[in-house]
Amino acid sequence: MNQTNKNTEQPYAIEMINLNKWYGDFHVLKDINLKVKHGERIVICGPSGSGKSTVIRCINHLEEHQQGQIMVNGKEITGDIKQLEQLRTDVGMCFQHFNLFPHLSILDNLTLAPIWVRKIPKAEAEATAMKYLKRVKIPDQANKYPGQLSGGQQQRVAIARSLCMNPKIMLFDEPTSALDPEMISEVLDVMIELANEGGMTMVCVTHEMGFAKQVADRVIFMDAGQIIEENTPTEFFDNPQSERTQLFLSQIIAH
Amino acid sequence: MYVTDHILPALPAPSDSKGVLHWLKTNLFSSPINIVLTLLGLLLVYKILPPIIDWVFINATWTADNSAECKGEEKGACWAFISNRFGQVMYGFYPPEQFWRPNLAGILLILLTIPLFFEKTPKKVILGGFVLVVFPFIAFVLIHGGYFGLSTIETDKWGGLMLTLIISFVGILCALPLGIILALGRRSNMPIVKSICVIFIEFWRGVPLITVLFMSSVMLPLFFSGGTDFDKLARAMIGIILFQSAYVAEVVRGGLQAIPKGQYEAAVAMGLSYWKSMFLIILPQALKLVIPGLVNTFIALFKDTTLVLTIGLFDLLAIVENVLGSDSAWLGFHTEGLVFAAFVFWMFCFAMSRYSMSLERKLHTGHTH
Repeated sequence: MNQTNKNTEQPYAIEMINLNKWYGDFHVLKDINLKVKHGERIVICGPSGSGKSTVIRCINHLEEHQQGQIMVNGKEITGDIKQLEQLRTDVGMCFQHFNLFPHLSILDNLTLAPIWVRKIPKAEAEATAMKYLKRVKIPDQANKYPGQLSGGQQQRVAIARSLCMNPKIMLFDEPTSALDPEMISEVLDVMIELANEGGMTMVCVTHEMGFAKQVADRVIFMDAGQIIEENTPTEFFDNPQSERTQLFLSQIIAH
Repeated sequence: MYVTDHILPALPAPSDSKGVLHWLKTNLFSSPINIVLTLLGLLLVYKILPPIIDWVFINATWTADNSAECKGEEKGACWAFISNRFGQVMYGFYPPEQFWRPNLAGILLILLTIPLFFEKTPKKVILGGFVLVVFPFIAFVLIHGGYFGLSTIETDKWGGLMLTLIISFVGILCALPLGIILALGRRSNMPIVKSICVIFIEFWRGVPLITVLFMSSVMLPLFFSGGTDFDKLARAMIGIILFQSAYVAEVVRGGLQAIPKGQYEAAVAMGLSYWKSMFLIILPQALKLVIPGLVNTFIALFKDTTLVLTIGLFDLLAIVENVLGSDSAWLGFHTEGLVFAAFVFWMFCFAMSRYSMSLERKLHTGHTH
């Protein structure tokens, strides 16, 4: 933990208490309890269908939970639309399939939310956008369209797009899973840089174990809608406790 | 083991795989059957085309003061008939000394619209909004009159191409936004909103337009007995708008369904409200996707305006068919009238079609979902 928010009333950026969720009859999240401190960097991993994406999608209420509580920056998430819109401006999210807006140029993708949600003047929003495009190392692509960029570039644009809103929390939903092998490292480099700057709470669903070892404060392993194990990266990889974790690690490292 | 020692350069394609001759060889004369079919096709064109060209252009009478000059052996089409009755064809029973009013409205529309086709025009949104929202009222004041010392010309005097264009313009202008709202409503999570939209769409899509027009002119006055007898043209327009909006709604819904859920999620995840994410993210993409379907609907609407004849409004076709067709001074030129009307309709529909294709090209950003 290198940076802890001074706000002692709200020690946790994200707090999940006995979270349960069903898709129809399917119990997808079972009693999830998770506390993420301000500035903490969490990696969630697990086999597909384990509910790891659903967990982070509950944090900005892209998925609705049926039981339990989620607190973000001390405020409980309800279905209230105004509160949600406010919450989402503070929580950035990057998706597996980038979800850039294909009809808008890269620059317009980045300035859209600052202009329409934060009501920032266009010139200022564009300056901020260029600043973040430089940080993800593609300022020269500003006037192109998403369809003209490679997958790795698109994901970096997506990260920059979230950063333009100055979020306190960043959620990453398998950001490198849809990328060609050659492009994974360029996205991870950006994420590692972001993590090393500190100050921002990051929750990443990813299978990039190298990334987890390098930057995560904690690794959470999920299976069948449940948190199986939670530990520091070193302990998690060197000394996994549960059998399920051992099996998972042996399978992903075997190849 | 093999390691390449040089990188191969890109070469131009072999020359016998392109060009006119190659195209003819592969498409028209590739096999004995194709050769026979091509020759038969050419023969058919040779038999049909020259007589048509003769009738339409070469032997046609372009100017004449009366029908006698058009008649006789070897005479082709009598376009003089159309030019003699041009006022009626364009404006119906609108008083000739007031033709300048619809003309002015038309010129105004053209002048306002031209800048919209140029990339660099500043404040295009405001100008576009002006054309769509303010202009119809200006045109109404001009054509209908009753204000600023303009004499009132009731809508039953309106007719011809002018009426066709007015009904289509207003129909498209109002049916599009209404259809979009209905499409969004049909996909809403709110059960009441959704049911209302479904019922509305299914009702209007399920009845014939003629029925709607009859109902609007025959039955509505029965419901609003006394005093509230509002304009026949307005009633017909409302009928057409409601009818077409149901079609537009289903076309737009098709586009909405083609947009991946991730687009909406990305939009709301940044804090955009439902309406902002719809208007900024989802609809621009969905509408672009359904341009062919929308234009299809608009072309159908344009041609469906001819049905207003059934309630006693005289659009272009009705003027040509029913008014000029029974004009005793010019009897016997029925075909010319119909060909002319068909040509005018085709011209407008073709223009819409070409415009939609250029719009698609312009909006293409190298991405398909």
